[in-house]
Amino acid sequence: MSYPANLKYTKDHEWIDISGDRGKVGITDYAQKQLGDVVFVDLPAVGTRLTQGQSFGTIESVKAVSELYSPVSGEVVEVNDALKSKPEQVNADPHGSWLIAVKLTNAGEAGGLLDAAKYEALVK
Amino acid sequence: MVEFAGWDMPVEYSGLTQEHLAVRSAAGIFDVSHMGEIEIAGSDALAAVQAIFCNDAGKLQPGDAQYSAILTEAHTFVDDVLVYRLRSDHFLVVVNAANVVKDYNWIAERLTSFGDAVAMDATSRYALIAVQGPAAQGIVQPLTGVDLTSLNYYSFAHGEIANVRGTVSRTGYTGEDGFEIFVPPQQADRVWQALLTSGQPAGLIPCGLGARDTLRLEAAMRLYGNDIDETTTVWEAGLEWILSGSRRAKKEAPQRKLVGFELVDPGIARHGYDVYVAGSATGKVTSGTQTPTLKKSIGMTYLPTANASIGAEFEVDIRGRRARARVVPLPFYKRSR
Repeated sequence: MSYPANLKYTKDHEWIDISGDRGKVGITDYAQKQLGDVVFVDLPAVGTRLTQGQSFGTIESVKAVSELYSPVSGEVVEVNDALKSKPEQVNADPHGSWLIAVKLTNAGEAGGLLDAAKYEALVK
Repeated sequence: MVEFAGWDMPVEYSGLTQEHLAVRSAAGIFDVSHMGEIEIAGSDALAAVQAIFCNDAGKLQPGDAQYSAILTEAHTFVDDVLVYRLRSDHFLVVVNAANVVKDYNWIAERLTSFGDAVAMDATSRYALIAVQGPAAQGIVQPLTGVDLTSLNYYSFAHGEIANVRGTVSRTGYTGEDGFEIFVPPQQADRVWQALLTSGQPAGLIPCGLGARDTLRLEAAMRLYGNDIDETTTVWEAGLEWILSGSRRAKKEAPQRKLVGFELVDPGIARHGYDVYVAGSATGKVTSGTQTPTLKKSIGMTYLPTANASIGAEFEVDIRGRRARARVVPLPFYKRSR
């Protein structure tokens, strides 16, 4: 699977799709492969304030449980509750399965994230 | 790959869930060569085996295998093992990889009080390949002259497998029908490839440690180091059925009991998570997973006997959140025969 060019990536294997002052956050194809079949996602409540790099929840497969880290600072404005009953969506479509939407409080942080080419090189 | 008792082992090949389901519905092949083998031989071997292991090896005919254990004086587990009677005066004991040295020393020390009995650590002489699942017999039979239809559960026979001399045993650690095949390590690759080729049409796939753990847990088979060890007694672990008749005479009502549980709340109660009964800590989850067959979160833990009845509720601390759990009967999964 290729890494979409419109997304920004972190070394912790999250992606963010930024549009205006908002960004949708998910985990990468590499991350879902490492985890294996996802069976639970634990996500924060709307209104939770996050700083860049802070854990905002957990994602769990039969094999392991993994922390989720926010690529940017901001406030959680939306949570993808549909994943609670269909966590396997993260495996089927990792770059289309967003976990939370964040209202960015420091737009400058996005500049420090990896682009698709750099991320792909990282996980090779 | 993970390091396991000095061996490099795959957690999964194609994916844990897929591997688990293949064993339940068709078949899986496991490289379990990490298991240790200790041979005990001599005209006093039976007396020695009877003294060192807790089950009654006198019931075994050559060609029979038996689940047994080495117990301390306090009836806690030094190891749980399979005892194979190769000949009337020759036994093969399959032990846990992490315990080979400890077991060998334990056995050797006790053999000094028996006349003609010697022990040998034969671990490096055996590779062990397990083929497990309802399709296992159909996969192994074309490759061996051993008549598998007449091989009962917990029996074994010597013969050729894929033109390699070895031993086929109808045993396993998955809760399914299946075989464990002992071959010389030099030829193990050839046997593995032949089995894989023979099994492919039936859906056989290679399986790693991950699926081995979820399969054995569904079948409530205890894992040494997790569910049983030198701090848990044979009665607490619910394994008193492996005590020989004379050892069974002494009965002990345990203060705590190993139980199976299901989580009522969402989450996975993993090995080492704290367990609470009515707010007080009682111990830890000894094994826990999300079961691929049953799609539930299951596990085992030791509970005070008074709180261990079926249906009793307690709590597991899942990374700071208390999740409700309920005691259920063991095993979680039983194959239909």
